[in-house]
Amino acid sequence: METKALIGEKDNSNWRELKNKLFFGTVVVLATLTISPILLIVYTLLSKGLKQINFDFFLKVAPDTLQAMTAVRNGEIIPGGIANGITGTLFMVLIASLMAIPVSIVIGIFLYENQGKKYANLIRSLTDILQGVPSVVLGLIAYIWIVQGVTKGFSALAGSVALAIMMLPLIIRSTEETMKMIPISIKEAGAALGVPYHKIILRVMIPSGFSGLMTGILLSISRVLGETAPLMLTTLGSTTVNFNITKPTSAVPLQIWEFYNNPNMIDLVWSSSLFLMAFVLTLNIIAKRISMRYS
Amino acid sequence: MIVDKINTEDMFLYYSSKMALNNISIKIPEKKVTAFIGPSGCGKSTFLRSLNRMNDLIDGVKIEGKVIIDNINIYDKNIDVVTLRKKVGMVFQKSNPFAKSIYENVAYGPKINGIKDKSQLDEIVEMALKNAAIWDEVKDRLGDSALGLSGGQQQRLCIARTLAVNPEIVLMDEPASALDPLSTAKIEELIVQLKENYTIVIVTHNMQQAARISDNTAFFYLGELIEYDRTKKIFTNPDKKQTEDYITGRFG
Repeated sequence: METKALIGEKDNSNWRELKNKLFFGTVVVLATLTISPILLIVYTLLSKGLKQINFDFFLKVAPDTLQAMTAVRNGEIIPGGIANGITGTLFMVLIASLMAIPVSIVIGIFLYENQGKKYANLIRSLTDILQGVPSVVLGLIAYIWIVQGVTKGFSALAGSVALAIMMLPLIIRSTEETMKMIPISIKEAGAALGVPYHKIILRVMIPSGFSGLMTGILLSISRVLGETAPLMLTTLGSTTVNFNITKPTSAVPLQIWEFYNNPNMIDLVWSSSLFLMAFVLTLNIIAKRISMRYS
Repeated sequence: MIVDKINTEDMFLYYSSKMALNNISIKIPEKKVTAFIGPSGCGKSTFLRSLNRMNDLIDGVKIEGKVIIDNINIYDKNIDVVTLRKKVGMVFQKSNPFAKSIYENVAYGPKINGIKDKSQLDEIVEMALKNAAIWDEVKDRLGDSALGLSGGQQQRLCIARTLAVNPEIVLMDEPASALDPLSTAKIEELIVQLKENYTIVIVTHNMQQAARISDNTAFFYLGELIEYDRTKKIFTNPDKKQTEDYITGRFG
């Protein structure tokens, strides 16, 4: 071959091709290994949890030990479900969102508007530190602030505060990043139309970054949905559906923990976990869809 | 009689400590098209943006001297920038419609300024779109996203959006530089029509464009206003050597 003559070295293309194939094979194997846990998790949850999932699972509260024991002994599916956990989770996440979202978006915009300023940098660093605080510690803080200080007992409010603190850094940073991605020309367009500063933020920047903000919010929600430790310390759990913020409330991850501690309800661990994972996954997919549709 | 709409006196502009505009004094007549030409980085865009204080959005910009519009120095302390920008609209190099419908883009400014009546808004939108010579192309799809329009249409939509606020002066920062020749021709035609009602100041890299559409032309170089005169004179018989070198393509 011409090239061989030019380079004047021996043709080792077979070895090169083999190396190429080896490398490709290694990558495929390692990639498969990496995703295998998720496949196994999904398989385990489906095979063990699916049989418990019916209408009652969503509409009824958790059974008592006797009901569960009887059902297990008779080889039936366990009656009852996680209605108290689902409502409790939704209730507390809703309150946490109401607290965290407005504050975080305001702080995120503040950070964006004050790039490089000292005070903004301080807040950004503190946000990063907050993100690194273990969730159980946040639970302890919420315990001291709210359980001891405000509601004088375990309460949904305390749980919501713990979750809200967890959501703050996630939404703050995603807001700032979203704002950075909006072209400056959009801001200029608003300014050139004689739009006052606060309206540029509220009616130009926030609508333009709506998808990014939504994505950040949904991801932060899906992040706190599965939190167990802070809720144990703040809201304790409940066997009934509760919408009173001053009372102990159940949550899906708390119920998983309770079912796990009861040998008769082990099947419910799997179905609750399946539900929680499906819920989080759905939120993540929605978040991804939103960010894809508008980017 | 020609009235001076904009009048700058001994104006200097600094980015941090770097001087970007050096002693600019210019009188821009009402209801005419005034073009700013010059090589990249000569300060023409910076100067344009200082006419409605868009440079306020940039950190570290300092301005000295006066920019007088309708006998008011717009850099006076008690000037309301928002009111100023309503009066002095701006069209940018890259079309920047909001991610909203065509209708909402045009109605945006008037709505922010407190016009709520639907029929009045409809009227303003139609007028603005007609004045921007895009009405016929979009009248059947006002509800469609503005982002679905072509580049040239988007730019005319942005002009319509600017006109909807009813400015007296329209600043244009290379409004056609990102467009194909056909769209450019439409924008140019539009600019010539607009000068009946508006004072137009346009920055352009395209000297033929300046020659075609403007009444007066200012040549900027290295932050200084080198020469300012009737367009015909600038392009046929400029006084300064630098101007002649630039328009004949010897540099820039």
